[in-house]
Amino acid sequence: MSAIEVLSPGLLTTVQDLGREGFGPMGVSPSGAADALALRIGNRLIGNTEGAPGLEMTLLGGTFQFQGACVVAMTGSDFGATLDGDALPPWQSFEVKPGQTLRLGPTRSGARCYLCVQGGIAVQPFLGSASTHLLSGLGGHEGRALRKGDVLKVGGSDGTSRTGTFACSPKALSHLAPRKVLRVTPGPQNHWFPKPAQKSFYANTYRVTEEANRMGLRLEGPAIPGGAHGEMISEGVSLGAVQIAASGLPIILFVEQQTTGGYAKIANVISADLHSVGQLRPRDEIRFELVSFDTARKLLIEQEELLTSEKLILEI
Amino acid sequence: MPASDQSLLIYFSEKITIHAHERVRKLLRLLESEPVAGVRNLHPAYCSLLVKFEAVKWRHEALERELRKYLGRLDKVKLPEPRQVEIPVCYGGEFGPDLEDVAATHGISPKRVIERHTSATYLVYFLGFTPGFAYLGELPKELVTPRLPVPRKRVPAGSVGIAGNQTGVYPFETPGGWRLLGRTPVSMFRTDREGLSLLAIGDRVRFVPIAREQFAELSRA
Repeated sequence: MSAIEVLSPGLLTTVQDLGREGFGPMGVSPSGAADALALRIGNRLIGNTEGAPGLEMTLLGGTFQFQGACVVAMTGSDFGATLDGDALPPWQSFEVKPGQTLRLGPTRSGARCYLCVQGGIAVQPFLGSASTHLLSGLGGHEGRALRKGDVLKVGGSDGTSRTGTFACSPKALSHLAPRKVLRVTPGPQNHWFPKPAQKSFYANTYRVTEEANRMGLRLEGPAIPGGAHGEMISEGVSLGAVQIAASGLPIILFVEQQTTGGYAKIANVISADLHSVGQLRPRDEIRFELVSFDTARKLLIEQEELLTSEKLILEI
Repeated sequence: MPASDQSLLIYFSEKITIHAHERVRKLLRLLESEPVAGVRNLHPAYCSLLVKFEAVKWRHEALERELRKYLGRLDKVKLPEPRQVEIPVCYGGEFGPDLEDVAATHGISPKRVIERHTSATYLVYFLGFTPGFAYLGELPKELVTPRLPVPRKRVPAGSVGIAGNQTGVYPFETPGGWRLLGRTPVSMFRTDREGLSLLAIGDRVRFVPIAREQFAELSRA
């Protein structure tokens, strides 16, 4: 069994898998990778099951020393990774020798980069998942973001590990590239917003504020005129819900969201675009585009077909 | 009604009522004991249930038809006798920074606020917001107070607050806009306990006033 020492943690680095579903009645949101597609592809590149725990880095990556030999892949945004000084391209598998140091820097594209290691990061699961839930300090590595000096165990290989170098197909990558125009379906209080409010919501360009994290992303831009008409009783909220706060500005609820809330929701980001939300940085400019539930489902099925296709991963 | 491409909301009522709450619980109970394949998560609230599902497997219309079968059986579902839970609270001082303000708002003494807050038996309508946060109601009319105009960035774990006609305990240090009356030394959410959360939907809760010395003693326990 190998291990990884954290020489520098970066801005916010946590252990994440695909989250824990099924604990809504306890108020526990799933958490999990903010860009689940990147984690899934990273795991496939190195022969892991697609939900194996990896490291999620935010805006500025960390520095890690490998105590044993390991096969790794970096996916998501390009954080300019180097291995003992040599550049490592993202979306590709690599062999790391004992004692080598992997260094990541500031992002060159979106908000998050994933480090996947063969065998996965081994942590004590909480409610069946390795994902860190930062707000409650549960799951992941001691329920918190990584610190300098932490040593992470790497899980044993399940015997299916393969040799060779693998990369994600460029065609698939361009299909899955994060979007700045987020497609949405109507939210459950959509009809509470009068026509001019709806028009304004879909016409406006919004900017992601500094208050953008795993719980949610607060947006700034023109306030929606009039706001919602109706008396809201707290209800369950969906991943990617776009709620309009009292200020008339939208908030996108994200992976570590509150499970219930009392603001009216005008729209909901479609499942196929949730990974794009995970790559949004403060000051990014976005727009919303309304699609039907049928279109949303069609896009998700296409995406899933691409993700599970043999053509996704190429041997190089 | 669809909430997103992978969830739908079932509304039982447009008002918070005990009847609606019981229907939410009955459906939750039925879906937990006889799960629908492809349903991934359930979020109960005052008078609604959010159902999250695998969008590749289900369309809203088909799942709605399936869930209507469950709804047709609710009258036969028996709910267990509610558990009674007592939560010790040390009121006022640094633990309850809004106690004096709440008292002043209603023209009563802080002592009277504590008396009223501890006099009622509250129903756990649901858990939401953060792990283990129970929405308790109803607050005695005399204490009904709007939430703070500007939420606090950090509310300490164990803080007991009120907002509108609700009351509740913050399980973790989080931001929060409820007015804080006191604090409990009891952990609301613990990973070393069966069931994790101290409270579950449908429980009945009473707050019991304790002195600072008891708070310190119970914190050590």
